[in-house]
Amino acid sequence: MEAPMHNSAITAAFDSGPAFVPYLTAGDPTFEASLEYVEALERGGASVIELGLPFSEPIAEGKTIQNAISRSLAGGMTPVRFFEFIEQLDVTVPLVCMTYYNLIYQYGTHDGPRPFVERAATAGLDGIIVPDLPAEEAGPLHSACQSHGLDLITIVAPTTTTDRLERLVSLCSGYLYVQARLGVTGARSDVSEQTAASLDRLSDIDLPVAVGFGISSGEHARTVVESGADGVIVGSALVEIIGEGHREDESPESVAQRLEAKSREITTAITKLQQQP
Amino acid sequence: MTGTFGRYGGQYVPEALMPALTELKGAYEQYVLENADGFMDEFHERMRSFGGRPTPLQRADALSERYDTDVYLKREDLVHGGAHKLTNALGQVLLAKYMGKERIIAETGAGQHGTATAMAAAHLDMPCEIYMGRTDTNRQRPNVFRMRLNDATVTPVDVGRCTLKEAISEAMRDWAQSVETTHYVIGSVVGPHPFPKLVREFQSVISDESRRQIRDRTGSLPTSVVACAGGGSNAMGSFTAFLSDDVSLHAVEAGGESLTVDADAGVAPNSATLQTGSEGVLHGARTRVLQDEHGQIMASHSVSAGLDYAGVGPELAHLVDAGRVSAHTVDDGTALAGVHRLSQTEGIIPALETAHAVGWLEEASESQLGEQIVLTVSGRGDKDLETVLEESTRRNIPETPDMDVFDPPADGGTDA
Repeated sequence: MEAPMHNSAITAAFDSGPAFVPYLTAGDPTFEASLEYVEALERGGASVIELGLPFSEPIAEGKTIQNAISRSLAGGMTPVRFFEFIEQLDVTVPLVCMTYYNLIYQYGTHDGPRPFVERAATAGLDGIIVPDLPAEEAGPLHSACQSHGLDLITIVAPTTTTDRLERLVSLCSGYLYVQARLGVTGARSDVSEQTAASLDRLSDIDLPVAVGFGISSGEHARTVVESGADGVIVGSALVEIIGEGHREDESPESVAQRLEAKSREITTAITKLQQQP
Repeated sequence: MTGTFGRYGGQYVPEALMPALTELKGAYEQYVLENADGFMDEFHERMRSFGGRPTPLQRADALSERYDTDVYLKREDLVHGGAHKLTNALGQVLLAKYMGKERIIAETGAGQHGTATAMAAAHLDMPCEIYMGRTDTNRQRPNVFRMRLNDATVTPVDVGRCTLKEAISEAMRDWAQSVETTHYVIGSVVGPHPFPKLVREFQSVISDESRRQIRDRTGSLPTSVVACAGGGSNAMGSFTAFLSDDVSLHAVEAGGESLTVDADAGVAPNSATLQTGSEGVLHGARTRVLQDEHGQIMASHSVSAGLDYAGVGPELAHLVDAGRVSAHTVDDGTALAGVHRLSQTEGIIPALETAHAVGWLEEASESQLGEQIVLTVSGRGDKDLETVLEESTRRNIPETPDMDVFDPPADGGTDA
């Protein structure tokens, strides 16, 4: 399978061993606390960070991230604030925006995704993931991303057929997001058989492959990397730490420490693996 | 982009669902369009014997006199279950069976589509789970009970405002997980391709019948056809057979309390998507939606739960843009008065959705009404009785019947 050649910062972040790619909803529960939380992920060893721009109808998210999205929206997050958030972040790793197509489509005064992508590029984002944009509808966003040097990261599902897989790979740069199982986002404790099957058929593509949906612990992450993934995406297990902190009125410093510790747990588990080939 | 209507339509769904939509498109073409294995024959036979089709086209004498024109009512309230909804639900559950699916899921707002799906699933022996916002399960208890009686599982949704749009999102999440064995029976001409076409194809039996019936009866086609529109399945069903005719088509939306929008609160106090919405992407399709300046979907409002939705079918949005269908709004008060007028003068208690179309007759010009009009009575009003009484009293709707028959006897009871 031929994927286009890439020299992106995102792809490069996978060069130094298995990558840890955490996700948080930006602005959860507040703008300021969320800045600290994202920075804690980098201290914990993140290679690339996915940041959710919250949409009111997040059809691909499970309960944990739905709640984060509600908290962030209640805290006043908007696309305009999201880009300010990216600009204020003090991190060096590549950043990916994860959001739904309507927000991209509505941004700016012109029709189509270009104004959003242009602003994303100036704000310092490196890539975009859109869970409700299949290959069939991705043309305009793909071309806008190409002209502004952003990676469009596509999602491969367990139900993806071979002909669709080729199309998704041809649109994709940065890393290929492999959905580990059917369903919505959310932490689970087991590893799906679907994950191994998905990785098997991706062994010959020349893009890093990161697996997400359901990865919740270091051990869990290690199994996924052992199955052949170049990286692990962890969302709900981290978002839940923020949710807990919010419910129990924990200090932002303490939540940040726990996020850093959880990140460290996963980074350590997959890094060790690399040292023992 | 596939499955488009002008600027609208398409398939904006997670990749995990794409193979299922491809499979459904294949089944739609094979069974619905080409009648493979006699699918459409079985559908029509079941709609006849189980569903009560064809429904009558009735001349409304009092309304005809009131508006000095010939008003005919297409009586979808007489479909089994009391609304046009069964036609789509039965069609899709039967299609799921032909496709070899083992389970049915659906969303419901007021409960009409949920009850129709539960009936169809019980009739065809398919396990069925209905997602319904918690706000709606609480305010539509009889419909929850009806679904349970038909052995459907009713799963309350506790997200956001806990109404229809949250229930659709939750049904899509279930489907993303269960897609290999489960068919999602969407309740209107909304969602990703091929749903808008599939649902329209089943519901267009309404206008196939009414077009034939009015010609048999009067020898001519009507001047206009009027139908209420929420998601748009009743409107598309009522219009489709007349699209190539010289017949004017009127879709009546819920004007709610007001057509202005409270953007700060994220609330539109109406469901007038066709008239006040803007282009956006919601629940799998590009269409007209009620949204704020950033693209966040707003909570809609209507006294009629069945019209209360922030989106609309992409084909209907396109027909309005193209000038083939005229969109109108009728507010809560006019719709409530419409319930009373049809009940008192024609002996038909209409659903609040239908009452918007009835209310529009009061506001339409003589030329809009024309010489002969067909109005679809999308459903009966039993489900709305409490709302109608409460809201009519609160708003002092003059036609509201006096309810002091319920007052306790003045002197402690003297029935001796």
